[in-house]
Amino acid sequence: MFNASMPTSPGSMVNQCKFEEDEESDSKDIFITVDNPESHVTAIETFITYRVLTKTTRSEFDNSEYEVRRRYQDFLWLKGKLEDTHSTLIVHPLPEKFVVKGMVERFNGDFIETRRKALHKFLNRVADHPILSCSEDFKVFLSAQAWELTTYKKQGPGFLSRMGETVRAVANSVRGVKNRPEEFTAIQEYVEDFSNKIGSLDKVTQRIVKEQKEYLEELKEYGPTYTLWSGSEEELAEQLKGVAGCIERCCKETEEQVGHLSDTLVPVLHEYVLCAETLKAVLRRRDNIQAEFEAKNEALATKKVDRDAESSDLGFVWGSLLGKNPEEARHQRQERLDGEIEELKEEIDKLEDRVEWANNALKGDWGRWQRSMRGDLKSAFLSTAEKNVDYYEKYFIFIHTQITVSL
Amino acid sequence: MVEEGSTLLRRMEISVAEAEKRTGKNTVNMQEIFTVYLIETRPIDAITEGHNPAPDSLWRRYSEFEILRNYLLVTYPFIVVPPLPEKRAEFVWHKLSADNMDPDFVERRRVGLENFLLRVASHSVLSNDKILYHFLTEEHRWKEVVCETGFQAKADSRIKALSATFRVKNPDKRFTEMKHYSDELQSLTSQLLRVRARVADRLYGVYKVHGNYGRVFSEWSALEKEMGDGLQSAGHHMDAYAASVDDMLEEEEHYADQLKEYLFYAEALRAVCRKHELTQYELETASSDLISKKQQREELATGMVRTFSFKGMTNKLFGQETPEQREAKLSLLEEQIVQGEETVTEKTVECEEYVKGAWVDMQRFKEQKDRDLREALIGYAVMQISMCKKGIQVWTNAKECFHKM
Repeated sequence: MFNASMPTSPGSMVNQCKFEEDEESDSKDIFITVDNPESHVTAIETFITYRVLTKTTRSEFDNSEYEVRRRYQDFLWLKGKLEDTHSTLIVHPLPEKFVVKGMVERFNGDFIETRRKALHKFLNRVADHPILSCSEDFKVFLSAQAWELTTYKKQGPGFLSRMGETVRAVANSVRGVKNRPEEFTAIQEYVEDFSNKIGSLDKVTQRIVKEQKEYLEELKEYGPTYTLWSGSEEELAEQLKGVAGCIERCCKETEEQVGHLSDTLVPVLHEYVLCAETLKAVLRRRDNIQAEFEAKNEALATKKVDRDAESSDLGFVWGSLLGKNPEEARHQRQERLDGEIEELKEEIDKLEDRVEWANNALKGDWGRWQRSMRGDLKSAFLSTAEKNVDYYEKYFIFIHTQITVSL
Repeated sequence: MVEEGSTLLRRMEISVAEAEKRTGKNTVNMQEIFTVYLIETRPIDAITEGHNPAPDSLWRRYSEFEILRNYLLVTYPFIVVPPLPEKRAEFVWHKLSADNMDPDFVERRRVGLENFLLRVASHSVLSNDKILYHFLTEEHRWKEVVCETGFQAKADSRIKALSATFRVKNPDKRFTEMKHYSDELQSLTSQLLRVRARVADRLYGVYKVHGNYGRVFSEWSALEKEMGDGLQSAGHHMDAYAASVDDMLEEEEHYADQLKEYLFYAEALRAVCRKHELTQYELETASSDLISKKQQREELATGMVRTFSFKGMTNKLFGQETPEQREAKLSLLEEQIVQGEETVTEKTVECEEYVKGAWVDMQRFKEQKDRDLREALIGYAVMQISMCKKGIQVWTNAKECFHKM
């Protein structure tokens, strides 16, 4: 029922790794890069693989350096495993499988580059995570050769048991959680609102990129009208060419600025739109865990009531018809129920641990995620603002020189 | 923009001070709303003497300005007559209204009309015109007075002008070049203005979308504890950024108006060149008429038919005329030749004087144009600098706010 690699008590979890308070780890001991996309053509399909280069001093790794090739499917597998194993930890999102029209502003060549950057970020975020980076699946992902990875992927809970888990999860979510702690309700409300806001920001930013591009298109036609005119003038030719030069410069700077926006702000906002969905899923899974625990508790209560009830049930009547001693039958029944109750209690203990572990994991990771989010968004907006200042400054200096020279 | 050594403007201060809406009945007796403009004038010596008299004033509507200009065009065809501001809003981008009643349009037109009057009143030739003086000082009866000059009748028909353009043999090369230039100026400036309007439209879009950042930042700041203040103030700066584009584009509209003036000037320049072609054509026609009349006299006198002529043919077919008939014809021809020579002399003088006067004014126009447009272009660059400064300020402030996040 439980995944083999999941710790069975909060205590063991704490012993394994600690949540870092200080995110500025000077003691970074693992470096991962994702680069060098290559196309592979087989009889069945064409796909891209990326080189994943790892350098590490961690003791869990046999070597200090690994170079492997991975495709997008492999990343998806890794993410799935991490989420299964640590269902209430917040795993950084992967770039999307398919591209919705309008999401990617540039052409195909850049789609691969955009995806590569996102995959690089994903692995580094996992590596930075105190718990996730200790995952065996993560280690295998980074170090195994292609055929080793394929073999490894086939291990673990089979298809049927995974189906069973899914069915249970659905049943639990239908049942719903009854006594959700206040703090998780607060987190859920925040996530709802945050999801809306970040979605809006994503749309606004993309709209800005679109408008800037259209502005750029018109600017490209504007400069030449001055140059054309300068051909018909004598005295004014210099000045007209001067203005044309300014507009050309504006074009250049605007192009750079749009590029920067697309490279820096757009991907980050998009990532956090995906993060919001991840958070919602994490909260759901936590709720399900609690729901399962509550369900078992209710079952226990029912069983206890059963046991303590007057023995006027059908089984007793039936037993007496078959010639069983009523006292013996009742005693047997009590024993059976006691056994079942003991079993249930054991299960409930485990579930209780599981709930506590899940809650603590989420709580800890929540703080961590918020800090990351603030850092990421702050730095993206800061970079954008800096670029905009730079844009105007460069253009300003150019016009100034033009005025003294030709105007 | 206004010339030195001007006559009327030296003596008198002129301004178009206000605009107002009026209602009245138009030519088909229907109610209409129109705008009138207040023209104020003050003699300069009254001011310099330390007094501060109230200006004389009268109201004129746009159509009266049009009549004045048409009068000047007909009366001084060798002058590049300053243009009026546009009758209808053209080169409009989406935020600008194409409505003639729109207050921004009316205001820009007021400025344009004042500019027109100042240009005319500072022109060495035009400023002396009595009708102009009347226009500025006598509210009533001006229309009757100007119509009494009969200028409408003197206007050249378009067909006459067009055919002269095609048929003239030896126009002054400088005028032909000037005409080409005026065509180029017109098409170049009109293209420039069209693209400029589109650029303005797009720039407006970019700035305004940033206003959405303001709104979302503000909403988001309510959710966050640490980031709240930084986001809130960043949002305000985004709002300021979005709002700043309105003033910028308003100023740029003034620049566009400066270019538009020269777009319309191009037409005035072309009209001067065309008039030259017409006078030259009339001279050529008069000259060739004279030559053919002299030829006819010679034929009649010597009885020899030099060139093929209908007369010669009919003579051969029906016999020659009597001596009396010949005498009569000859004396008629002599009269016509004398008249023709007078006409040719007149036209030659007219043509020469026209060329002289027009060339002087075209040079004056060229210098004025170079000055004005240079100023306008520098002004445009300065506007761009101002835009940069504002941009630097807003985004530096935003940067500070993001730092605080």
